[in-house]
Amino acid sequence: MTSESKVKIALAVNGEPTEIAFAPHKTLLEVLREDLGLTGTKHGCELGECGTCTVLLDGTPVLSCLVLGLACAGRTVRTVEGMAQGGKLHPLQDTFADLGAAQCGYCTPAFLLAAEALLAANPKPTREEIKDALAGNLCRCTGYIKIYEAVELAAARMRGEKAEPTTESLYGR
Amino acid sequence: MADKRRVIGKALRKVDAAAKVTGATKFADDLAFPRMLFCKLLRSTQPHARIVSIDTSAAAKLDGVQAVLVGQDLPIPFGILPVSQDEHALCIDKARFIGDPVAAVAALTEEAATAATDLIRVDYEPLKSIASAEEAVEHPEPRIHDYGDRGNFHKLIDLEFGDANAGIAEGDMVREDLFFFEGSTHLPMEQHAAVAMWSPDQKLTLWTSTQTPHYVHRALAKVLELPAARIRVIATPNGGGFGGKSDPFNHEIAVAKLAMITGRPVKITLTREEVFYCHRGRHPTLMWVRTGVKKDGAITGMHFRSLLDGGAYGSYGVASTYYTGALQTVTYHIPCYHFQGARAFTNKAPCGPKRGHGTPQPRFALEVHIDKIAEQLGIDPAELRLKTLVPANSLTANYLRVGSMGLGKCIAKVVEGSGWKQKFRKLPRGRGVGLACSSYISGAGLPIYWNNMPHSGVQLKCDRGGGVTVFCGSTEIGQGSDSILAYIVAEVLGIDPFDIAVVTGDTDLTPVDLGSYSSRVTLMSGNAALQAAERARQILAVHAAKKLEIPVDRLSFAERRVYDAKDPKRGMSFAEAVQSAEAAEGTIGTVGSYTPPMSAGKYRGAGVGPSPAYSYSACVAAVDVDPETGIVRVPTIWIAHDVGRSINSAAVIGQVEGSIYMGLGEALMEEMAYRGNRNVVHKIPSLLEYKSPTTLEMCDVITYLVEDPDPNGPFGAKEVGQGPLLPVMPAVANAVYDAVGVRIDEVPITPEKVLKALRKKQKGEPGRHGPESFPDIPWPEPMRVPTPWEGGDGKAVSPGRPAITAERPH
Ligand code: FES
Ligand code: FES
Repeated sequence: MTSESKVKIALAVNGEPTEIAFAPHKTLLEVLREDLGLTGTKHGCELGECGTCTVLLDGTPVLSCLVLGLACAGRTVRTVEGMAQGGKLHPLQDTFADLGAAQCGYCTPAFLLAAEALLAANPKPTREEIKDALAGNLCRCTGYIKIYEAVELAAARMRGEKAEPTTESLYGR
Repeated sequence: MADKRRVIGKALRKVDAAAKVTGATKFADDLAFPRMLFCKLLRSTQPHARIVSIDTSAAAKLDGVQAVLVGQDLPIPFGILPVSQDEHALCIDKARFIGDPVAAVAALTEEAATAATDLIRVDYEPLKSIASAEEAVEHPEPRIHDYGDRGNFHKLIDLEFGDANAGIAEGDMVREDLFFFEGSTHLPMEQHAAVAMWSPDQKLTLWTSTQTPHYVHRALAKVLELPAARIRVIATPNGGGFGGKSDPFNHEIAVAKLAMITGRPVKITLTREEVFYCHRGRHPTLMWVRTGVKKDGAITGMHFRSLLDGGAYGSYGVASTYYTGALQTVTYHIPCYHFQGARAFTNKAPCGPKRGHGTPQPRFALEVHIDKIAEQLGIDPAELRLKTLVPANSLTANYLRVGSMGLGKCIAKVVEGSGWKQKFRKLPRGRGVGLACSSYISGAGLPIYWNNMPHSGVQLKCDRGGGVTVFCGSTEIGQGSDSILAYIVAEVLGIDPFDIAVVTGDTDLTPVDLGSYSSRVTLMSGNAALQAAERARQILAVHAAKKLEIPVDRLSFAERRVYDAKDPKRGMSFAEAVQSAEAAEGTIGTVGSYTPPMSAGKYRGAGVGPSPAYSYSACVAAVDVDPETGIVRVPTIWIAHDVGRSINSAAVIGQVEGSIYMGLGEALMEEMAYRGNRNVVHKIPSLLEYKSPTTLEMCDVITYLVEDPDPNGPFGAKEVGQGPLLPVMPAVANAVYDAVGVRIDEVPITPEKVLKALRKKQKGEPGRHGPESFPDIPWPEPMRVPTPWEGGDGKAVSPGRPAITAERPH
């Protein structure tokens, strides 16, 4: 077995200062899942093709399978585990749950974070802007539509509007 | 039930939604145990080769390696169907496709396991490889398997219901068409993973991303020669299945054996490339159809042939082959019907059941064929279909019992909603609309291995605190099966679905449910849950009525209360109702189970097709076709689906939209393609190269839910997870014709194919792209089954002999 000496870095994960030692070849995805036990971040290819491993690095969506853990020293990482606060779901998590935007839920953490970054930059995105922002994330279950609707609904609520899902989206026509 | 429904039909959150949106759901690869080892498989680099020798000595000596397995270590074959026990956990004497596993390593780290597989030396003696079904027909030798109907045919089927030729001849018009449906794969976002643990009390536990824990349980018992009672299979929530996790797999058996040898937990997570090798996806299928029709569109008879490229192993293939001929009859009335189906072995990753299992291919053929017939007869294709619908509560020529049938309503919905009448053949060049319909089973009438036990079982435990736990072997793959159990029990017992704990997919804890396939779960586990809940309600009601001094039938169960319907204030909490029942009778638990009705067909092969209920869908697709580039864009799809009754309408719509999405991928881009001329290497075993729709390609979907309750479904519910996928491909093909006047009789409908057809049309040739011929196949003697209207009783009159042994006619 190859015994590599570990490297130690300090970074902020979900707002908490974290020190962690790991083999230097490890990707951020591996560090999160294997060394920090944050298995909410998923993977579908580990080659940068599916978007399933998306996390926020200094607020920007990155594919954690393509980022070396080492490259995250001194930076802030946000994963799905950091979204709910005080036992309360983030508005995006709430609308994803209510509309069925998470079916198998495997792609969901990535979509949530990509959407969160979008809304931080653009609180009132159009449907086209949502599609563009999420074009790098594959979902095989939902057909994306409930995801768009969930992002739109959460965006409205985060802007302080009183918004409810449409009847068509819950009951069809 | 006297009460107004409070849960059924509502768009509630799923019971596992919070876990899914917080990343708390534990998928198989999220599990880790102390001292866990990592497994890697060495896969064949040869499409077809005899394995002369395997040298694992260097691998075994590598630092960190704990165990190495080869085929000889697991000599007992397995396979999902009893008739196709043709797989080994690791190849023994022969490798049959690139990616076929030949050795397995368990090591302290994934890196060490990978390094060890690199050190294994396999001496292959290459054999001629078979790259396509047509090649398999041409080359009976070398045989890929030494079983099967003959040569490289795995299965040959010939079934005739009534005299199809005579029927076809009665038509005013006879039409013949050829179609090809390319293979595609499920591409679940989660790569298959499994963890095995062996305990010193000689007990094996396997956590695995499977849709069918019961079948994995059986396969493990067989191959590992362990008593089933010592094996526990836990299906972890699947990160998407779509049929791709329905077989017992090599890697599951390999980690189990490695755990037994090492005494340590062993995990495997497949790479994306390996997921492509597991495959079990859509069979590439060549089809020929000949139909006689009257001037008014009535079908007088149909003859349908299919040739399936099965890949290297049996998998569900025998069933898939029957399915390519089974459901043609449940949409439009076909008075006599001849089906011939063949499945060939080829040196490619094995095909199996993908969403729609064997029926999307013939549905594509049938719906485009009907579009052409309508055009030839000068009848609007929607009108033609409406005129020929199979009536509700009827028996088809091949003895499928149709119950509720909402296809007429579905067609009306999409015709109206899409503005069909204003658009069809009226849009400017480059824009078009197309219509297609479909039907799918709500679970199969027969289990995969013959037995007369229930297909689904539920146990229910009422806690004196008012909580209820439901135990069921069903498997959550994202479709919402856990939630369905909670909703149904909550409705019957008048409690909140979130007061219910759901325990599923665990062979130690839960009664058998056959698995999440064939769209069977809502209907079957739903009926089992309904029965268990009604039994619990009865027990609780007796004691509550006694206490309230009113007759049992005056009780209502709602809002976590049990009360007098005539005087709602008079009552007690649900928890109190459980307590009084428990005080009188002891622990309150019930069971429920479900067995589908007997099928009407008694002929050999009649097991594929029957279902307790058929769902129906109608679809209109709008397309924009660029005649310069051949690029097809689909802006909108209108879909109406007869789901019988929605248990949760939002979940139903989610399934509809997901089906449309997957159908759109198959219509336009998805192909499981190989380089036949280059050693049958997979062209594109990566997510980048295997094109699937992103947000940028996905269309708008306008969904209409048609509710035609079926007496066999729980609260009338039928399936929704697969049926709405089926009409998408033919609707798009028909729309392309409407837009630019060329027929693409093949999916996916790629720009190259559209351009080729347009160029042919420009040259004055038929504007068509598609297969040109169907090979000669040594069909067996047909099994003749008189139709119900000929006085048939569902039995065959001639027994149907095995394939003739004479040489294939050239
Ligand atoms: S795992 Fe697919 S992009 Fe990172
Ligand atoms: S919800 Fe299953 S992949 Fe998106």
